[in-house]
Amino acid sequence: MTEIGLGHYLTLGAVIFSIGIIGIFLNRKNIIVILMSIELILLAVNINLVAFSIYLGDLAGQVFTLFILTVAAAEAAIGLAIIVVYFRNSGTIRVEEIDKLKG
Amino acid sequence: MIAHAIFFYTFSIIAVVSAIMVTASKNTVHSVFFLILDFISISCLFIMIGAEFLGMIMLIVYVGAVAVLFLFVVMMLNVAQQKNQWFSGQATSKHIPVGLIISTLIFFEIIIVIGGWKYKPEIFDINNSLANTSVSNTHSLGQILYTDYIHVFQISGMILLVAMVGAIVLTFRQRSGVKKQSYIKQISRERAEGVEVLEVQSNKGVKIDD
Repeated sequence: MTEIGLGHYLTLGAVIFSIGIIGIFLNRKNIIVILMSIELILLAVNINLVAFSIYLGDLAGQVFTLFILTVAAAEAAIGLAIIVVYFRNSGTIRVEEIDKLKG
Repeated sequence: MIAHAIFFYTFSIIAVVSAIMVTASKNTVHSVFFLILDFISISCLFIMIGAEFLGMIMLIVYVGAVAVLFLFVVMMLNVAQQKNQWFSGQATSKHIPVGLIISTLIFFEIIIVIGGWKYKPEIFDINNSLANTSVSNTHSLGQILYTDYIHVFQISGMILLVAMVGAIVLTFRQRSGVKKQSYIKQISRERAEGVEVLEVQSNKGVKIDD
């Protein structure tokens, strides 16, 4: 219990990943919270990569985490820009009312 | 070792609780603040485990840039007043069991994979970028980031450039009725359209029409 190993970090990553997926499914009001849930999922992936990298002694995982960080920042910027444009055009970003594609 | 355990459990409990609050919070601004708390605690874990550079980069990139970006958009779109009650309403309640089932399935799949995982050193060829323990984490990361991974590094820079251009192009709009300076117009002005020589008569003055 007091010996913190690789499994503890992987379990933490799994818990945060699942919370992110719950956030995507359960949130039906606000599309910004869905973007935040995607950030949580990417964070869980980062935890896994860093834990493997440290415990296996291979630095490639940390380099990969750096690139995931880059992609996450780019994704957040583009996604928020799309949300801003959508809000300007239609006046709402509630998930229930975004049904132009009849999905 | 006991200190390691205490810090791990403290930060991971903070991280998990704030992750739950991100999805469950009624106010979107509170969600963003819990997201910031989540990132901070995870970066504390990174620093504790020995990945100091990534922990610091996480603080700078996520807390300093991404979360503030979220906060800007939430406040600009004024959605904080739209209450975020996902437990009420008929449309939302039918998604709750689906989401819970899928996420618990994925959680237990990952747990099964973690439980059955064994590390075989001969499978992976990891002599490429083994951690150099004689120098610091940042130093050894820099040694392989700018040599072995230089092309990937430059491609990630291109991704950031494309994202920046894309965000500007998406949100840019041409407003009408805004006075702007045009250098081309200023430089290409001729004397004939700017200056007029008038014969001023006595006691009449000059009427300038514009």
